[in-house]
Amino acid sequence: MPRINSPAELEELRKGILSKRDPNKSCITLCSGSACHASGSADVALRIEEEIKKQGLSAEVDLRRTGCHGFCERGPIIVIHPEEICYFQIEPKDVPEIFSQTIKEKKVLERLLYTDPITHNKIIHESEIPFYKNQERLVFGSNGNIDPKSIDDYLAIGGYSALAKALSRMTSEQVLKEVKKSNLRGRGGGGFPTGRKWEESRHAPGEIKYVIVNADEGDPGAYMDRSLLEGNPHSILEGLTIGAFAVGSHEGYIYVRQEYPLAVENVTIAIKMAEEVGLLGKNILGSGFDFNVKVHQGAGAFVCGESSALMTALEGRAGEPRPKYIHTAVKGLWDRPSVLNNVETWANVPLIINKGADWFARCGTERSKGTKIFSLVGKITNTGLVEVPMGMTLRDIIYKIGGGIPGGKRFKAVQTGGPSGGCIPEDLLDLEVGFDELTQAGSMMGSGGMIIMDEDTCMVDVARYFLDFLTDESCGKCVPCREGMRQMLKILTNITKGKGREGDLVLLEELSGVAGDASLCALGRSAPNPFLSTLRYFRDEYEAHIQEKRCPALSCKELIAYHIDPDKCQACMICLRKCPSEAISGGKNRIHIIEQEKCTKCGTCFELCPPRFGAVKKISGEPVPFPIPEGERILIRKSKEK
Amino acid sequence: MSQILLKIDGKEVGAREGMTILEAAERAGISIPTLCHHEKLEPYGACRICTVEAEIDSRPKLVAACLYPVEPNLVVRTRSEKIDKTRKMILQLLLAHAPDAPALQDLAKEYGADKDRFEKEASFCIHCGLCVRYCAEVKKKNAVGFVDRGTRREIGFIPEISSKECWNCKECFPLCPTSALQAAYVLTEALMTPAISFKPEKEE
Amino acid sequence: MDKERIDRIIDKHQSEASSLIQVLLEIQSENHWLPKETLERVSEKLQVPFTRIQHIASFYKAFSLVPKGRHEIHLCMGTACHVRGAPRLLDMVQDLTGIKPGETDLDMKFSLETVNCLGCCALGPVMEVNGKTHGKMLPSKTADVLKNYE
Repeated sequence: MPRINSPAELEELRKGILSKRDPNKSCITLCSGSACHASGSADVALRIEEEIKKQGLSAEVDLRRTGCHGFCERGPIIVIHPEEICYFQIEPKDVPEIFSQTIKEKKVLERLLYTDPITHNKIIHESEIPFYKNQERLVFGSNGNIDPKSIDDYLAIGGYSALAKALSRMTSEQVLKEVKKSNLRGRGGGGFPTGRKWEESRHAPGEIKYVIVNADEGDPGAYMDRSLLEGNPHSILEGLTIGAFAVGSHEGYIYVRQEYPLAVENVTIAIKMAEEVGLLGKNILGSGFDFNVKVHQGAGAFVCGESSALMTALEGRAGEPRPKYIHTAVKGLWDRPSVLNNVETWANVPLIINKGADWFARCGTERSKGTKIFSLVGKITNTGLVEVPMGMTLRDIIYKIGGGIPGGKRFKAVQTGGPSGGCIPEDLLDLEVGFDELTQAGSMMGSGGMIIMDEDTCMVDVARYFLDFLTDESCGKCVPCREGMRQMLKILTNITKGKGREGDLVLLEELSGVAGDASLCALGRSAPNPFLSTLRYFRDEYEAHIQEKRCPALSCKELIAYHIDPDKCQACMICLRKCPSEAISGGKNRIHIIEQEKCTKCGTCFELCPPRFGAVKKISGEPVPFPIPEGERILIRKSKEK
Repeated sequence: MSQILLKIDGKEVGAREGMTILEAAERAGISIPTLCHHEKLEPYGACRICTVEAEIDSRPKLVAACLYPVEPNLVVRTRSEKIDKTRKMILQLLLAHAPDAPALQDLAKEYGADKDRFEKEASFCIHCGLCVRYCAEVKKKNAVGFVDRGTRREIGFIPEISSKECWNCKECFPLCPTSALQAAYVLTEALMTPAISFKPEKEE
Repeated sequence: MDKERIDRIIDKHQSEASSLIQVLLEIQSENHWLPKETLERVSEKLQVPFTRIQHIASFYKAFSLVPKGRHEIHLCMGTACHVRGAPRLLDMVQDLTGIKPGETDLDMKFSLETVNCLGCCALGPVMEVNGKTHGKMLPSKTADVLKNYE
């Protein structure tokens, strides 16, 4: 591809790409994001290619491997253009029929369509499916339409036009002003105003400045940054370059976890392609502005998501945070002014430049503008990535988009903000999502993890889980975090094991206070949040564990027992055969009994007992009923009696 | 360098730009407890016992005195209920590791810290990092370093370096606020002796 | 791992001390663990104190200072998998393999690691063996999956 030297040449190139594309040619877009890949999309892709070859259709049908479409629950997903027919959970064996019916005959295959769970109607188009219909996919929407490995695809949807606008028609002050005016706030955690951060760096003394993409997405249960980087890497490069221009930086870094190999691959390809056409490198689009980007892989440390720790890691050292009494925007990487923003934040920048701050700020709450991508996961019907305008209520996200809780279970809490966040209970479901709203509720926006918990989730265990995570992921440097978390984890573990004592909660609160006030970095200061928020809303669960040695969610292993209801047991032998510790006695036509001393509480019997029997029960806080006497264990089948 | 005036415990204190609150306080004869601080070493900010209250944007905030740079008109308090509570808890957490360390016992008396508040931990080390940093920054030998992270963080000697450098130095020994360092060192020595005897010393 | 190979990796990163983590990642990915001699070579070539390398190699989860088994089991312990029963799955895998997270069995058959999120939350709880994802796992299905590995 020839190098482009001006915005006009960029437009020429774009026209050239578009002119070669026939909008009426069939194109199958196949989600090839990590989640669909895990569900087998690579095999589907091979099968499609095979079919195109076999039938000699390469002139009529294109296959495009795209990034994540968001509806991970139903992957692998394909959309057939131009009709935009949407098929879910595709397997290689479905491919021949898709070709013979849909591609050739233009017939829709009902069985592969989405079925509305309430109306049971079959839905053909993505835009009519409730999961998508209620979203506003400004940042994430292009993911499903472009091949992330092709710069042509990005250019075809108008890519790099914001960069061209910024470099040719705006001054760097104007770019900064526009971003400030948009009120864009950091999508990675604290929600710090992006424009202010840029301004601080811009005005900081020093010739060399850096701009950095934080793609060290470490929140367990959150993967929106991964999907953006995998699915639309150029949008992040474009945003980063615009930011560099506004700040006066000529060197950028993308710090991405090595656990995300596809993201590393796609962004590396994107950089190379952008360099080849001159959208990165020297004298970009003839503006005189130079900018280069390097990819740096993170080696697996949650704490490196903290800005100063990330910069320490970029310098090639163990990722220990530094005190930020002087902001990293002034003194960051190698002590030079450094702007660090998360993936989603950078991806918002081209939109703001193209469409203007007013357009961007038109949706959202008073102090949180634009949209936010959440990863809606856990005990939710429609697991996936959702992008919604700020200010949508939790209830709408969970029920309208997420389809509610599966299995007829009852919603208990939604956890946001990852290990620094908290759990929000049912009576706050009408809370509008926004940075300050979530903080006030004792949680935080974080990077956008939204984990739904139902009645089977124990909130004490959730707090213990996060503390366990944090004691492992803390860098271990400062005392309130390292030692405070160590003690908090011990106490919480004891509580979940039925060894909780009077006074534990007070001590936990005291430890939380010290960690929250005196820790060196944000990881330590926010580490008590999972405990504090669960205590605030679910104190009764803590008390049941401590005082009654009972786990109300029937989840804490040490506090529950499995028991087979003799009235319901049909002596089907399933649990008896599968019990890994041979703790179940009984036989054909002999009611099964769990020998409590042998039981390891693995839950296999509970899981395998056919739901129509529902004979295996979990009990907590009460003694296990005595096994019925030997003589009464012969099963008299009611059906045969009749 | 220009003179900066700030207030510590109600007392007007002069300091040079770039100084920390701790340095300014020391100059004014106001004492702030420290465990991981050493004048020859870069400020570290790990033990947090030097936590003081500074008024930032007219709100009191806990900061580490050994790291926080002085600002004109900064108002600092070195004792308050909140500070004392924080220091007491930090001491209790550390006493679980090193209940007999004199440095900790003295402070425990001052802040009413109970050395039995938490169950005793296996390791004496309180991770002040004085040995590690002294060896790296002052002696430039890097014979001892940190290993691992989180609650598994430890200090460890590199046998190949220690066997050459440590016997004639041992300057880190007296810096240790607990007796952990010697123990670790002696242990490593003992473990490594057979291996060392087979290894010819490199001529530098 | 031979010296030349290590040197080539280091040279590729322009022998810069700041590339240390990138160099170690590449060695880890080729060799599956970081032997002490290798780290000593890196220390020498990049002029980085061995203590710092040791800290890094033990600080970041991607690195292993011990050899790995033939099959690497990664069990996702992300929040979504956790609420969907990952702890019970972990118990079962530990029982079946006889090893705890971070360990390798004596036959060098399995290494077990817990990871914090594989980003396949829709498939949770997720177990990955040698990079292959096994989604919607149940403790009762674990033995069937693991018996396919020799």
